[in-house]
Amino acid sequence: MGRRLIRRAFGAAVTALAAGLLATVPAAAVDETAILAKRPPEQLSAFGFFADAAAQLPAEGVLPFAPATPLFTDFAEKWRFVYMPEGKSAGYDEEEAFHFPVGAALIKTFAYPDDSEDGLHLVETRVLLHQDSGWQAWAYVWNEDQSEAELNIAGAKIGMEIPLPDGGVKAITYAVPNKNQCKGCHAINGAVTPIGPKARNLNHAFDYGEGTENQLARWIGTGLLTGAPQPADAPSVPDWLDETAPLDARARAWLDINCAHCHRREGPASNSGLFLTWSEKDQTAYGINKRPVAAGRGSGGLHIDIAPGKPEESILLYRVVSDEPGVMMPELGRSLTDPRAVELLRDWISSLN
Amino acid sequence: MKTILEAAALAPLALAPLALAASLTLSYAAEITVTPFDGPEKLAEALILAEEGDTILLQPGRWNLTDGLSLDADGVTIRGAGPDRTILSFTQQSGSGEGLLVTSDRVVLEDFAVEDTKGDGIKAKDSDQITMRNLRVEWTNGPDEKNGAYGLYPVSSRNVLIENSVVRGASDAGIYVGQSQDIVVRGNRAEYNVAGIEIENSFRADVHGNTATHNTGGILIFDLPNLPQQGGHDIRVFDNDVADNDTPNFAPEGNIVGIVPKGMGIMVMANRNVHVFGNRLSGNATTHMLIAAYPEDYDDDEYMFVPRGVYIHDNTYGEGGNAPDEGEVGKLIAGITGEPVPDIVWDGVTRIPEWFSWVSAGNRVYIKEAEDTTFASLKMISQLLLPWSSSPNRDIADHAGSLPEPAPVKLAQEAGS
Repeated sequence: MGRRLIRRAFGAAVTALAAGLLATVPAAAVDETAILAKRPPEQLSAFGFFADAAAQLPAEGVLPFAPATPLFTDFAEKWRFVYMPEGKSAGYDEEEAFHFPVGAALIKTFAYPDDSEDGLHLVETRVLLHQDSGWQAWAYVWNEDQSEAELNIAGAKIGMEIPLPDGGVKAITYAVPNKNQCKGCHAINGAVTPIGPKARNLNHAFDYGEGTENQLARWIGTGLLTGAPQPADAPSVPDWLDETAPLDARARAWLDINCAHCHRREGPASNSGLFLTWSEKDQTAYGINKRPVAAGRGSGGLHIDIAPGKPEESILLYRVVSDEPGVMMPELGRSLTDPRAVELLRDWISSLN
Repeated sequence: MKTILEAAALAPLALAPLALAASLTLSYAAEITVTPFDGPEKLAEALILAEEGDTILLQPGRWNLTDGLSLDADGVTIRGAGPDRTILSFTQQSGSGEGLLVTSDRVVLEDFAVEDTKGDGIKAKDSDQITMRNLRVEWTNGPDEKNGAYGLYPVSSRNVLIENSVVRGASDAGIYVGQSQDIVVRGNRAEYNVAGIEIENSFRADVHGNTATHNTGGILIFDLPNLPQQGGHDIRVFDNDVADNDTPNFAPEGNIVGIVPKGMGIMVMANRNVHVFGNRLSGNATTHMLIAAYPEDYDDDEYMFVPRGVYIHDNTYGEGGNAPDEGEVGKLIAGITGEPVPDIVWDGVTRIPEWFSWVSAGNRVYIKEAEDTTFASLKMISQLLLPWSSSPNRDIADHAGSLPEPAPVKLAQEAGS
């Protein structure tokens, strides 16, 4: 691919989205049969999720959302949407992902800002489709002229140059996950499960273009969510970059969304005994003075997952800093190190005693 | 490329129309042949698209893989043309924590090799009935702390069979079975790893007929705290050749196998009801057999750090203990026993209440060996790595007695044979 993407302020893209929402959006309908079909369509457009896919403008009945703290994937920007079948709603859960009805879909586009008219270079769109047999995960890779995304089952490696937050440009090999790798993160007790749409992740304000509103309130108000308490009574994680939030909460929020999909008692890394979920109360289980079990060279010669007050002696930080396969964590989803996360975790571990 | 074999449907064809109708509902077992000339993507795709009953045939040759492979379909066999003919090379791997990851049930992996993965070689997680047969996992540069941790690595699995395979160069354990239940490890060769074969936090394992040589330590039976499955028990280690384990420990620091001294034959740490018998041990220069408590501090009320019920009998001991490792554990042992270090060493750690009273019969260490077998209890104080007496107890007769042997492990995948 090798297309050079020029850095552009994230705000500009948001403005473009807002402007688009305020403009007359052509009515487009989501095709529920595509969501429920045994074989996924070859093209993303068959679902009808977007009114204008290139600008990531959703079709009617498709709502954008964002977690307070996102998973890091090589600085990609993400556009997330939920589709709920007509007249249906998701059931509230205080701890886990909401209980979505069959026919619901979660859509997530990975993109980098560029100098095109809409300011976005789309890389891939992943969909989670809730069928009778459970959730199905598929990835669609956008073509060069951004007119369509094609189903990709076996995964793909895409060479590209991406803009960095500090203004630089970096050549990376972007990895589109294969079907099994989707499950590498989205699995609880072996079954595919959404990660993001949990109460604590959505319980914060979101700019819907026509106005800002708490997402839980919006979901409750529009009938997408039932059984939920008022936002004030629901759990909430902070934005990990919000320096006014407590350091401990910011770090735990980051670990929850970046690590806990595997590092939880029911997850793919259950055998490690390291559980980084937001609600984990057992200090040893979330790494404090815990010895590794199967870290191999991932230990970096260190003995303790989180050595309180000693970030340089903590395996957890060593693996977040690393970009080397077999050492770096998470294992999937990134090839670069996020220096902001390293700084946050270093400060957090330093603060522990 | 996909050849459909209607073997299941052919037999009823000759019988009655009724049988034919019934056969139409049977799923087709397909054979999918993949060759190295198709490139790594085809192989990855074949594994992803595999369906129940399929056999994926890997033709001879060498694949150069840049990413880990994964299998998530039940009832699939992956078969190569032999561990020296079908080679999956991961020298250029740039992603994933292992070479091949299996997360499904009733899977057979056989007759191929995995080389030079960045992390573990072949991992199976949460798999019921996983068979690894006639495989080779190797880091071709020899012992190096940059090698992956585990070669053959079933974890949190049930009905685990590992047989007739070869593993070389793992920086932790060549064959590592962790937090699993009902395990048979037989007829394998583990060499030039830190640990040859390790059974950790597992229930019901038979480890027999293996050769563990030129590792740091030959066979380890460990139990560790703070894990979802702990309290390993009912382990039989028998009829193995454990010889010349003489590779310096090259585990990255921080890993529990880092404590294993060069020249360790068989080591039992924590666990309940472990039977070690009929093994042939020689050329293990620290000691042939070590029975020990978990030595690190930990915070886990559920964990039992001392071995409970160990029975060692009818093994044969050649030369050994004559050049103990210079590291912490080797020096500690030899400092107490002198050289040569006895054939069998027990750290002598008991729980504090038992130190003041006694250890119940089912929890003791029993030894029944040939008359010239040497023994020492180090009489260590728990977790201090210090003896409470300067002279070890060398009286093997203190350990007379026996324990009832666990029944042989029965594997679900062998139930029909």
